[in-house]
Amino acid sequence: MTLAPETTDLKVQLQLEEGGLDWFTVCDLSRLVPGRGVAALLPDGRQVALFRDRSGALYAIDNRDPFGGAAVLSRGLTGTHQGRPFVASPLLKQRFDLVSGECLDDETVRVATYDVRAA
Amino acid sequence: MTATEGATPTIVLVGHGMVGQRFLEAIAERGLTATHRVVVLCEEPRPAYDRVALTSYFSGRTAEDLSMTDMAFLETHGIELHVGDPAETVDREARKVVARSGRVFAYDTLVLATGSFPFVPPVPNKDAEGCFVYRTIDDLLAIEKYAETATTGAVVGGGLLGLEAAGALKGLGLTSHIVEFAPRLMPVQVDAGGGAALLRTIEDMGLTVHTGVGTQEIVVDQSGAVTGMKLSDGSELATDLVVFSAGVRPRDQLARDCGLTVGERGGIAVDERCRTVTDPHVFAIGECALAADGRVYGLVAPGYEQAETAASAIADDESEQLSFTGADLSTKLKLLGVDVASFGDAHGAAEDCLDVVYSDSRAGLYKKLVIGRDGTLLGGILVGDADAYGTLRAFTGSVPPVAPESLVLPAGAGDSVQLGPSALPDEAIVCSCHNVSKGTIRGAVTEHSCTTVPEVKKCTKAGTGCGSCVKVLGQLVTAELEASGVEVDKGLCGCFSQTREELYEIVLALRVNTYQDLLDRYGRDGARGGDGCDVCKPAIGSIIASLAPSIGASGYVLDGEQAALQETNDHFLANLQKNGSYSVVPRIPGGEITPEGLIVIGEIARDFGLYTKITGGQRIDMFGARVEQLPLIWTRLVDAGFESGHAYGKSLRTVKSCVGQTWCRYGVQDSVRMAIDLELRYRGLRSPHKLKSAVSGCARECAEAQSKDFGVIATSNGWNLYVGGNGGATPRHADLLAQDLTDAELVRLIDRFLMFYIRTADRLERTSTWLERIPGGLDHVRDVVVEDSLGICEELESLMTAHVAHYADEWATTINDPEKLARFVSFVNAPDTPDPVVGFVPEREQIKPDLPLLTIGHRPLEGSAQR
Repeated sequence: MTLAPETTDLKVQLQLEEGGLDWFTVCDLSRLVPGRGVAALLPDGRQVALFRDRSGALYAIDNRDPFGGAAVLSRGLTGTHQGRPFVASPLLKQRFDLVSGECLDDETVRVATYDVRAA
Repeated sequence: MTATEGATPTIVLVGHGMVGQRFLEAIAERGLTATHRVVVLCEEPRPAYDRVALTSYFSGRTAEDLSMTDMAFLETHGIELHVGDPAETVDREARKVVARSGRVFAYDTLVLATGSFPFVPPVPNKDAEGCFVYRTIDDLLAIEKYAETATTGAVVGGGLLGLEAAGALKGLGLTSHIVEFAPRLMPVQVDAGGGAALLRTIEDMGLTVHTGVGTQEIVVDQSGAVTGMKLSDGSELATDLVVFSAGVRPRDQLARDCGLTVGERGGIAVDERCRTVTDPHVFAIGECALAADGRVYGLVAPGYEQAETAASAIADDESEQLSFTGADLSTKLKLLGVDVASFGDAHGAAEDCLDVVYSDSRAGLYKKLVIGRDGTLLGGILVGDADAYGTLRAFTGSVPPVAPESLVLPAGAGDSVQLGPSALPDEAIVCSCHNVSKGTIRGAVTEHSCTTVPEVKKCTKAGTGCGSCVKVLGQLVTAELEASGVEVDKGLCGCFSQTREELYEIVLALRVNTYQDLLDRYGRDGARGGDGCDVCKPAIGSIIASLAPSIGASGYVLDGEQAALQETNDHFLANLQKNGSYSVVPRIPGGEITPEGLIVIGEIARDFGLYTKITGGQRIDMFGARVEQLPLIWTRLVDAGFESGHAYGKSLRTVKSCVGQTWCRYGVQDSVRMAIDLELRYRGLRSPHKLKSAVSGCARECAEAQSKDFGVIATSNGWNLYVGGNGGATPRHADLLAQDLTDAELVRLIDRFLMFYIRTADRLERTSTWLERIPGGLDHVRDVVVEDSLGICEELESLMTAHVAHYADEWATTINDPEKLARFVSFVNAPDTPDPVVGFVPEREQIKPDLPLLTIGHRPLEGSAQR
């Protein structure tokens, strides 16, 4: 007997290497509150900030605020600016594009991004 | 021998008051400080301070606050300032000044800015113990000290300074009298009608006014101390202290002694460039100077103009030939909370002129316009409501575009017209301190692309003097922007076209209790259905939280969708610090804490290794907690009876208190109990910005209530409520909203005030800026919350009642909710692992963030995955 997968069983997974085949499982999808982020620790010590927006789309960027240095981007407020989803750093409010990692307030700064999926 | 021989030419300035300081700035601007040695001799023990605001010393401003002298400015420009060392003699032949210390300074240019001295009428015993003048900070210190043992004070002179002095004596707790020889108060500025309106308001404040009587003798006891005064009508007034404030006289003795020409009634005679008529090497500016028009000016604005004039004459630059030929004596003041303004030909001295008068003594209102035969506005007097001052003064000298009577009628009456500054001609002077015309201000917007008042101020200097024109400035800038087609979008952010106030009304009236619902129904077209932004989310989260019990939303800010709206501080119910750790502040209502409470806090801080610091709000802040430690810390605090102090929220922070009547010899009410009551009543109330409060047990104001959003000061009859105060970067003294309130009246009024503020303020707008911004300002707020002019007070009160009834401690709620607790981890996939970037190193026997840790872990982009 096969049951249709329930959304509550879905896991949030990250791709650690660009173009790699392995997916790293972070947590249950239900742990991501729309509009809020969580932080995850990668095996090599890197930190990732994961977000889920209202439509269900997932995003993952480096958790470290490149301006202040603290690993806090997962705790920022999210939103949309000219169609681009962003998180605003809780330290000094710079906004980072969740898709490209680019800082919307200083184009010379960019944070790493990761492929993320719910599976 | 002169100073020029072989060396740098020297400017010696005698007197370092407001005008002297302005002169120094004026010569620095013109580059003269680079080419000259500048020496300043100052008699007072402190450099220039704001004498105009002298009285504010009694309402808590310190001598340092009043200072106008930036030591860095003096240093940068190499200005030698000698305080407490006045000039004693001037030798004009040798061009030398000898100071009291015996030092001799040779000069090429001498500038006298010696100011004036208070005139003390020659009555017997005028120098007795208990007699004072009101001119310097030292005078105020002496009055303050003497008032400690006095119960009654009398001020001789009912002019501007006299009223201020009387208000100050009252503030020191004395029964205060004003004795004025003229038949009315402020005889120079206002006429009989204005004086009557003023008299009623002043008497309502509890001051006793004796007009039309002179002082004949100061009565003293055997030890020579003041016990009373004999008045010209034969009566005797018992008083412990007398302040003479009967006008000032130019301080020209130094000039007389060295043979400079002085006027018949004093004042050093100068020409249009402020150079003395006797000696081209000597200038005189400010209150000691007799200007070219034969007048001595006792206001600061003309003094500043003279300072600029003298500086330009010394610079001798062809392109700038300033001259001073007289000044507009228009003034707008707030005396003891009463607006008083006079401008132009206020007394109707011109031939054939006519008056238009509106008078309502009951309301303390008096407005008079002086109109010429041809309809030209010549001048006027405004008492009780001087809002129109900026516009009317600018119209002076021209024919206003509407009938004059419509300009003095109160708003809403018959044909009243609120003539906006848009009706002014371009040449009208808007800022009289800096002589800036309306045309220049418009130009700043149209040609220099200024879009805000601060930009226009910077560009034109308008509004940077006395500040009385800033309101008009704001109206002009908005009007000009709108006229030039710049749509002034007043919307909250890119997601909402409504203001915060409008959104509040929507949320309340339609009971919209989720952010998404509000965004999808009332957001801008492109924003509906989207994710909002970091501006509107917390702003609307705050509105929903403020109104939660009334609109059917959860009062717990981490419930459901609300959690996603909160800033990180509110989301973690603690204050984020620079390395990603948090600080924790338990509520200590009124600053009162038991020894057991202190021990618990100490133990918790010790057990978790937290850095502790006493806050400015009479609480204890514990720093260095990791996210996963927060619930453990709260559990310990809650178990010991503590709760959240909301140090993280845009909500009530603390209500500070002094120890009050219970212990203090001076206290007249129980300020601690009131502070605790207020803090417990308003705790957790989400508002547009943080709210600070304090309660002082007497007029000495040890709790600094006048620097708070709402501050309470005890009187022998109850409580005085002050609102709109602020400290921090933009200090503002709170305004008195109501006096002598009972406990219940006080609480009801604060309920209304806070709810009205929450309803109408912009996001992140403190009460101080809100009060300055909203149309009608303090008077409007008073109308609404005291007089209930909008009929909304019942609703405001019931909203507050609902808040109070539904308050619950957020820390306790969170530690009892396993689902919420799961969020308090550094890593969702490694809940037991602390964030390695949060580390600490020792400092002064405590910890501090290990900042180098923040720079490690910075990885080049190449090494990491890219989308």
